[in-house]
Order: sequence, then C-alpha cells, then structure tokens
Amino acid sequence: MILLELFLGFLYVGCFSFGGAYSAIPLIREVVVSGGWISDEALSYMIAVSESTPGPIMVNLATYVGSSQAGILGSMVATFAVVLPAFIIILLVMVVLSKTLEHRYTQAVLDGLKPCITGIILAIGAYMLWENLVHFTGGFSVNIRAVIIALLLIGALVISKKVFKKKMSPIMLICISAVLGIIVYAI
Amino acid sequence: MILLELFLTFFKIGLFTFGGGYAMISIIENACVEKKKWITHDDMLNVTVIAESTPGPIAINCATFVGYKKGKILGSICATLGVVLPSFIIIYIISKFLENFLEIKIIANAFGGIKVAVAILIVRVALGLFAKLPKKILPKIIAATAFLIMLLSDICSLGISTIWLLITAGAIGFAAYFAHEKLGRGEGAKK
Repeated sequence: MILLELFLGFLYVGCFSFGGAYSAIPLIREVVVSGGWISDEALSYMIAVSESTPGPIMVNLATYVGSSQAGILGSMVATFAVVLPAFIIILLVMVVLSKTLEHRYTQAVLDGLKPCITGIILAIGAYMLWENLVHFTGGFSVNIRAVIIALLLIGALVISKKVFKKKMSPIMLICISAVLGIIVYAI
Repeated sequence: MILLELFLTFFKIGLFTFGGGYAMISIIENACVEKKKWITHDDMLNVTVIAESTPGPIAINCATFVGYKKGKILGSICATLGVVLPSFIIIYIISKFLENFLEIKIIANAFGGIKVAVAILIVRVALGLFAKLPKKILPKIIAATAFLIMLLSDICSLGISTIWLLITAGAIGFAAYFAHEKLGRGEGAKK
C-alpha cells in the first residue's frame, strides 16, 4: 500500500542523505522514479518549490511527494519517515557518545574537522552568491538587479554593525531581502 | 517551561530557514547561542560538524541536539517537531491549493531577493566561524584547502562529496595531535 511505500522510500532517503540536501535530491529522484509516483518534470517543479520555501529541502520534498500520492496522511508519513533516521542517530550520539565527545582523541579529530567545515561552508556561500549574481547562459551576463540587492543588503549589514553596534538578525535580513526583491524586480 | 520554549523557538527557526541547511546555521546560532544562550558557539560548531557527517537535514540534527541538551528526549521531540511543522504546513497548503506557486509574481520577486540574502548569510556564518578558529597555521591551511577544493568542485561540477573532505581533515587533525605529542616528548619538553 502507498503509505508503506512512502514510509520506506523516505526512510531510505533519510538514512543515506549524508551532508544534507544535495545528496538527498538524487536519492529522492531514485525513490520517486522507481515507485512511478510522479513525472520527472513534476519532481523538478517540486524541488524548485522546496528550495524556495522555508524548511529543509528534503523535508519539504517528502511533504510534497507524500501529499501528491496520499493526501494529508501521505505527507505526514513521508515527512515522519525522512526525519526519523536523523533524529534517532543524533539521540544515539548524544546519549551514548557524549562522553566520547570530550575525549582528547575526539577533540583532535574535531580540530581537523572544524576548519574543514568552515572552508566548505565559505565555498558554498561564495558559489551561491556568484550563481545569483552572474549568469552563464551562452554568454556571461551580470544580473544587475541581484547585484543591487546584494550591495544594499551588505550595506544594511555593515550599517547595523558599525552604526548601531548590533549584528543584524538573519530573519531581519531575509525580510528586508524579500521586500527588496519585490521592489527591485518589479521595476 | 522549557519544552514550550524549545518548540516555539524552533518553530520560528523552521519558519525562516530559506535555502537549506547552511542558512539555517545562521538562524539557529542567532536564536540558540546569541539570544537564548542555550548552547555555546563551540557547541554550534560541533553540531555543524556532526550534522555534516550524519544523514538527514542539518535542521533536524541541530534541533534534536539542542532539544536534548535542554530537555532530554522530550526536549528533542519538541524541538524537532517545532522545526518541521512550519514547512510542513506551508508545503501542504501549496501542494493542495497553489498549483502555480512559483509563478505568482510577487512570490517570485520576493524570492529573487531572498536567494541573495541566503547566500550572504552563509558567507557571513563562514566568516564568523573562520574568525573563531585557533590562531595556528594548520587550521588555516585545512580551511583554505577545503575552501578551494569545494569551490573547484562546484565550478567544474565535479561533485566531490564533503564526506571525503571531512574524513581527510579528521585524519589530519588526529595525525597532527600525535605528531605534536611525539615532538613534545622528543624534545624532552616540559608540558
């Protein structure tokens, strides 16, 4: 029955999506296509919507696919299944391994992991910024509107820090960017 | 009571996390470290590393972590439920009633702006993490190398998995520790 299929399918995704969304998307494609649930085109649309709405992409996709296959129950089952593995694993890590976290060997490994993840995150952010500001469709074109928004946002962050001595909350920045987007793209 | 606070805080976090896991780090840090002071910056870094190494969305991993720290199993359930609920509701409504969600002009435009903000936030998080790294040469080399490899992978669509970078970095960290120990003993240094 579809609910069981949804559960197992998204449990699989939840178990093997190491590193988050970007490994989850191919897995979800695999599950959805083999189940014959939705067309590739519809899936691509769902992925775009899931990237645009709040929440983790794979959770959004689970909700979306689940809903399309089996209504509210389907979306709940799929969402629950995709979240479960991560939830249990972290609990295990915390309950069983929290002492291990303090051990000097673990600290040594973490001393290597932390700068690595810092570099990774910086690369991801920098690339995302680049992708938003520049287009590579045949030629090389700059998205002027995005550049303007970026400059205004950075300006806002700097003013907040230097003039008001406050680090602007990310939520505030997102709200400002939404307004800016509506204004700038309407022109 | 703490359970309600966990639920509400993570509900707010879940509501504003656009663009996936890394942007969420910024929001979680703001809410849990700076505002509520539930965890430290170092905890945040630890959890980010653990979240990267374990399956599942970073959001869930963080919620479960902080929830457990503040309220044991019940806390982790409340936090996780809180972070999942907003997007669940929103996506369900969209899937049922808004066939052309992305085509609605005002939504598309707003999102044009949000995408930029998300990228900037992610860079800001990384810069913040960078500033907090130990002032030794090895972490800087690891960070710079990871940055370059990841950037190259993205630009050339190589699809290098972060897991390999992390495994290598972890091994280096471990090796560096032992090298340091050995050198300390070799010189007969008092430590």
